[in-house]
Amino acid sequence: MGNLLAMKGVKKVYDTGMECVAALNDISFEVSEGEFVAIMGPSGSGKSTLLSLLGGLNHPSAGSIVVDDIDVYSLSVERLADFRREYVGFVFQSFQLIQYLTIVENVMLPLAVSTIPRAEKKRIAIDMIDKVGLRSKTLRLPGELSGGEQQRVAIARALVNRPPIVLADEPTGNLDSATSQEIMELLGSLNDEGHTIVIVTHNPDNLREVHRCIRLRDGRVQNESIAHLANGIKAEEV
Amino acid sequence: MNLYNISFNNLRRRKAKMVFTVLGLAIAISTVVTLITVSKAMNAEIAERLDEYGANIVIVPKSDDLSLTYGGMAVSGISLGAHKIYEKDTDRIQGIKNRDNIKIIAPKLLNAATIVQRNVLVVGVRFDDELALKKWWRLTGRRPGVNHEAIIGSEVRVKLQLGLQQSFDLRGETFVVAGILEPTGSQDDGIVFIDLKQAQRIFGKPGELSLIEVAALCYDCPIEEIVRQTSEKLPEARVMAIRQTIESKMEAMHRFEHFSYGISIVVLLVAALIVTTTMTASVNERTREIGVFRAIGFRQTHIMKIILSEAFLTCLIAGAVGYFVGVGAARIVSPLLLMNGGESSPLMNYPLLGGSLALAVFIGILASIYPAFKASRLDPTLALRAL
Ligand SMILES: Nc1ncnc2c1ncn2[C@@H]1O[C@H](COP(=O)(O)OP(=O)(O)OP(=O)(O)O)[C@@H](O)[C@H]1O
Ligand SMILES: [Mg+2]
Repeated sequence: MGNLLAMKGVKKVYDTGMECVAALNDISFEVSEGEFVAIMGPSGSGKSTLLSLLGGLNHPSAGSIVVDDIDVYSLSVERLADFRREYVGFVFQSFQLIQYLTIVENVMLPLAVSTIPRAEKKRIAIDMIDKVGLRSKTLRLPGELSGGEQQRVAIARALVNRPPIVLADEPTGNLDSATSQEIMELLGSLNDEGHTIVIVTHNPDNLREVHRCIRLRDGRVQNESIAHLANGIKAEEV
Repeated sequence: MNLYNISFNNLRRRKAKMVFTVLGLAIAISTVVTLITVSKAMNAEIAERLDEYGANIVIVPKSDDLSLTYGGMAVSGISLGAHKIYEKDTDRIQGIKNRDNIKIIAPKLLNAATIVQRNVLVVGVRFDDELALKKWWRLTGRRPGVNHEAIIGSEVRVKLQLGLQQSFDLRGETFVVAGILEPTGSQDDGIVFIDLKQAQRIFGKPGELSLIEVAALCYDCPIEEIVRQTSEKLPEARVMAIRQTIESKMEAMHRFEHFSYGISIVVLLVAALIVTTTMTASVNERTREIGVFRAIGFRQTHIMKIILSEAFLTCLIAGAVGYFVGVGAARIVSPLLLMNGGESSPLMNYPLLGGSLALAVFIGILASIYPAFKASRLDPTLALRAL
């Protein structure tokens, strides 16, 4: 399997006006199609920044990010939005569901700007909700669901456009361990279906499903390891 | 599910959020609606009363000959001039551009005649038009029919010793006094009025006129303009405007209208500011949500569409609320300002309703463009920030 995603010499400096924070320093790595990669590292090491750069949310200060042979940051603002819609599904730590939209409406959200017929959008969304096991709750509002359920909805929303890449920033950060386990299993099964997944996580328990782990420290790649090794050293740091 | 659904559901499920926008804009719209309704009603009232002041245009044949006087004005000598005006000219007056402003046309044929051995001015008129024109006439007896019936002035009654239902002889024909004018203080007191057609026949001037009096309702156009248009249609006639107190009344009316416009503009500006402020606040409150939309792949223009659709819907509601409140307020205010007690304006004035909605939406959208633009430029990484 070829490289779906490649970062080359990426730097990211945040200019807050008062100081410049170097969040990422010369990062290069690749992710193959169908891989399940975890990014780990202490707080402030640049994990979220890295993920936002991968997903076309944030411009790098230097270097390039290539996805499916597209030089992502050479795209115009609007084309970059289109890229996100077509290529990337995001899952966030705090779910980020739209509170005034029902579950099915939330899941349909990425389809809102597409021209496929209304009924078809609904069918696709309901299929996806079914897949994450929430068929009975399509007409609820997010506030009426548990955290784990909300994250399932968020995952359904991330997948509804069938993007090749799923990016998740601490998807289990707000969940208890049993629920975290369920969410990781769900991501694992999606990976089995062919989605390439990159997650940021603090929790070594989450590494059971992943193929590879990239460790960041102070904006640099500290080491890369295959997952079972990472599992082996989970007790040490993190 | 489309962008519009997002806006609609936001408003539907978070109604309280739009209260201030709706309130601010609705107050402005209702103020404008009230002012428009009241000033229109005042206009209409003045228009209604305008014709009580009689003619404000007089048309006579062009002539340099000797003249009789009528209403303090020089009226050309009867049948002496080279130019004449005819009854059919009244139709031509109806053909001017401002024909809607012409309320009454009262043609007249003036002749001196001997009745009961005295010289009297006999005026042929169309009684319907004459009575409409001279609303101040108080008549004892009744309106005459066309056949050999007359109205006489109070002086005529005294000098000729004629009473109601008495008959007199005019050029060999017998006429009956159907009505007697109470003293008017004008020269109408010394005139015998008979039907125009009869006068034309008796005096042998078929179709001819001595003068035409016109009452033009001109509260929104200069009287000179109507005079000019009429002159164009009647090249062989002299068309003159008579100055009247109406003009000062119209002047006052226009002042009130201008004042209304001024107030409306100020109120609408304030409303626009309120909309901008509340929309900006709403955008600031929703930065994270907008970040999510952007992360999901909505374009900047999509975000603008969402915000502007919300503004559109909110302002549509504000426009409707403003319209009904405004019409209601006008109903309360009108009786206080109008002499006729303000005949209540209709609840459904569709052009005004349409105007209110359009104005509300126009202002709302205009005032929301900047907040919407700001929203569209929000950083999509906002979605990644943990709560
Ligand atoms: N928008 C920003 N402006 C300025 N500095 C920022 C911004 N976002 C991140 N940073 C800085 O960049 C560095 C990396 O931040 P980042 O959020 O990527 O870390 P992280 O590894 O995700 O941390 P955590 O585990 O706490 O989420 C930090 O020092 C942070 O303060
Ligand atoms: Mg982070």
